[in-house]
Amino acid sequence: MTVNPAAAIQRSNSGEDDTPGPDISTCRLDNGLDLVVIPDRRVPVATHMIWYRNGSADDPIGQSGIAHFLEHLMFKGTERHPAGEFSQVVSSLGGQENAFTSYDYTAYFQRVAKEHLATLMEFESDRMANLVLADEVVAPERDVVLEERRMRVETDPGAQLSEAMASALFVHHPYGIPIIGWMHEIETLDRAHALDYYKRFYTPENAILVVAGDVEADAVRRLAEGTYGQIAPRGAAPKRLRPREPDPRAMRRVTVADPRVDQPLMQRLYLTPSSLTAPGRDAFALEVLAELIGGGPTSYLYRKIVLERGVAVNAGAWYMSSALDETRFAVYAVPTPEVGLDQLEEMLDRAIAGIADEALDEKAITRAKTQLIAETTYAADSQTSLARIYGSALAIGETIDAVRRWPRDIEAVTREELADVAARYLVPRRAVTGHLLKAD
Amino acid sequence: MTIAVEPVSTAPARAERIVTPAGIEVWTVHSQVVPVAAMSFIFEGGASQDGLDKPGIAQMMAQLLDEGAGPYPSDAYQEKLAEAAIELSFNAGQDSISGGLRTLTRNLDEAISLTRLALVEPRFDDEAITRVRAQTSAGIRYQQNDPGVRATKTFFATAFPGHIYGLPNGGTLESVEAITRDDLVAAHARLIARDNLKVAVVGALDEAQVIALVDGVFGDLPAHAGIVAPPAVSITALGTRTIVDLDVPQSVIRFGMNGIGWRDPDFIPAFVLNHILGGGVFTSRLFQEVREKRGLAYSVGTGLVSLRGAAMTWGFTATKNERVVEALEVIAGQIETLKAEGPSEEELTKAKAYLTGSYPLAFDTSTKIAQQLAQIAFEGLGIDYIARRNALVAAVTREDVMRAASRVLGDGRMLVVIAGRPEGLAAV
Repeated sequence: MTVNPAAAIQRSNSGEDDTPGPDISTCRLDNGLDLVVIPDRRVPVATHMIWYRNGSADDPIGQSGIAHFLEHLMFKGTERHPAGEFSQVVSSLGGQENAFTSYDYTAYFQRVAKEHLATLMEFESDRMANLVLADEVVAPERDVVLEERRMRVETDPGAQLSEAMASALFVHHPYGIPIIGWMHEIETLDRAHALDYYKRFYTPENAILVVAGDVEADAVRRLAEGTYGQIAPRGAAPKRLRPREPDPRAMRRVTVADPRVDQPLMQRLYLTPSSLTAPGRDAFALEVLAELIGGGPTSYLYRKIVLERGVAVNAGAWYMSSALDETRFAVYAVPTPEVGLDQLEEMLDRAIAGIADEALDEKAITRAKTQLIAETTYAADSQTSLARIYGSALAIGETIDAVRRWPRDIEAVTREELADVAARYLVPRRAVTGHLLKAD
Repeated sequence: MTIAVEPVSTAPARAERIVTPAGIEVWTVHSQVVPVAAMSFIFEGGASQDGLDKPGIAQMMAQLLDEGAGPYPSDAYQEKLAEAAIELSFNAGQDSISGGLRTLTRNLDEAISLTRLALVEPRFDDEAITRVRAQTSAGIRYQQNDPGVRATKTFFATAFPGHIYGLPNGGTLESVEAITRDDLVAAHARLIARDNLKVAVVGALDEAQVIALVDGVFGDLPAHAGIVAPPAVSITALGTRTIVDLDVPQSVIRFGMNGIGWRDPDFIPAFVLNHILGGGVFTSRLFQEVREKRGLAYSVGTGLVSLRGAAMTWGFTATKNERVVEALEVIAGQIETLKAEGPSEEELTKAKAYLTGSYPLAFDTSTKIAQQLAQIAFEGLGIDYIARRNALVAAVTREDVMRAASRVLGDGRMLVVIAGRPEGLAAV
């Protein structure tokens, strides 16, 4: 992202030829907070999002889930605005709000009629610096998070398999720990953990403010200076201390067997570079590869495994390109009733081995690229989607120019690059294979 | 903190009504900014037209519309869509089959041609039927021991026994096996026509393009559908409690009461009441009492169900088995208090402020605008509803809410379904 303390506002769409996309402005306030403004004038609505460059992968050892728990606790009020007032005000203004925690970032957002933007900025900046936590609000909120984990994971064998596979894939890196945290560690999180974490990460230098909607960049900047800009800087952004995943050697297998499973399935994760760690153009090639082999009913795996072999009712692939560190590429298949998972896996292995020879015809490559690039045009129809795309990219250290260039980078992927990334990354030693089964 | 309620009086979208040369009414909003067009359409009918002995026909038919049409078998048809990045989807609800189209405007002609084929000339090839049947069954098996799915399924079966609304839209493992190609072809002929269609188009299209789209897609459909209004039914088994035994640490709870439908004059007051009780995401009474104060659950809330033949208010939450009794007591207590005392003036003012102020948020993408318009048309509310709606909400008085509360909450008896192993609780 453009760092330009002198100029008022940096327009970032100049210089590029026919780059599509909105006319985005960026700047950095004196206290280090980054500001991004995305115009969308179709409706008198604004989306206000604050992103912090810390996620679950920054949780201290033994405190898994603290990033997510703090996200919940951020709704508990400040001295000026006691618990519940922010949500009451957002609601009274006809606004909608929420928050989410990911591996690499945490974000809070509201959508509201544009004239109320200043009010949101006042409240959101207040809770960046002045959160107040009492034990009597921390304890019930921990129970809420425990119920959330019970709902999402403890009652769902499929989610348990996903957790177990991630833990097996990342043998050293915290991407192997669930975002929500392990049950036994969430149970021990308390007020002191939350406040320590808050003081470390909730700082202007660590934050990115994204405002999308029917707004003027200069007016937003003035509002931001009067609110977020008043928070004292800490001198430097907090450091993320991330261990690096070692080069994998061993193929791994994971099974979850549960009496409640009536429909088995298999998944496989491969350790791959992300958009930030990839050498050369590998990440773009992996994006196209995932779409081509597993993006819906015209994809290679669907055609091979579902249509031609008839051994599965569904099959596909996805690639989590957006990550600070080494990431995952997934393939999955759901067998027909008469097919066992071992047989299905053999078919899947054969299909993957055949990618270079059978999957990469020009028509299929073009189709995959068309689909990926069209998504960016469709996303431009939603200011919330745009705010998310740019916010998440900046939060992991990508640039706005990289986001804008993305369709051309995708377009430029060649057949050779696709064959090359498939051969280098979709190999057994990088893989964890997971089976979801009915327990005997 | 004082909040003035000045209901937003301008309509969040300026919709225009066009009747095409083929005689099809379409509501449309022109939006030039992004080179995208979105169309939303709803055919009256849907899963309520399935026989009680064979639920799932309408849904399977809807899923098969884009699995081969006209000269193209399934894979060729899907490739045509993908090559132009055209997004087309169909879904059967209880009272309707709805569809959505999203396309880049430069691919409009291809989008018209492919959507028309799906609706007018679906092939229902045996290969595609076999595959969709297998996918549907796998989906049912995958979810059949999920506590949320089990609770919902049992809830509807108990609320509407002997009625099509009591059966799952997508059918059962048995009914899905029994559905034949003849069933699907007959359902298509009966349910997809012009006189049961509502359609809305939003995007960077001029009037001629809107007409070309609508007549191109729907013009060749038969004039008349053969649908039968589902019999009217009320929620039964109020005052009962059913437990679906599942060995899981958390119980999923569904609870239901009477409802008030869209076309009832008390619908808007009931809508405001629901917001206060359990509709407001961070502000409702149930959110405050169940989640915020006691940490009993992550998700808790209520919603209105308005079907052609039934109306209901229902609620949802999930809590660990040890706290189910407490959660149910808190919920029942809140309902009792709200019914007896009604909302405070301040609470009502805030609820109306949210419901009016947030209305434009439902109109901020082309797809959402198209869906809103089609839904308003489907409910028979008139194109001016978009402009009238906030005034209707703003006019709701405390007395209106009390009246809706006495109709909805009645004597406080609920139909309760719990999936899990709740402690200290038996079926009633």
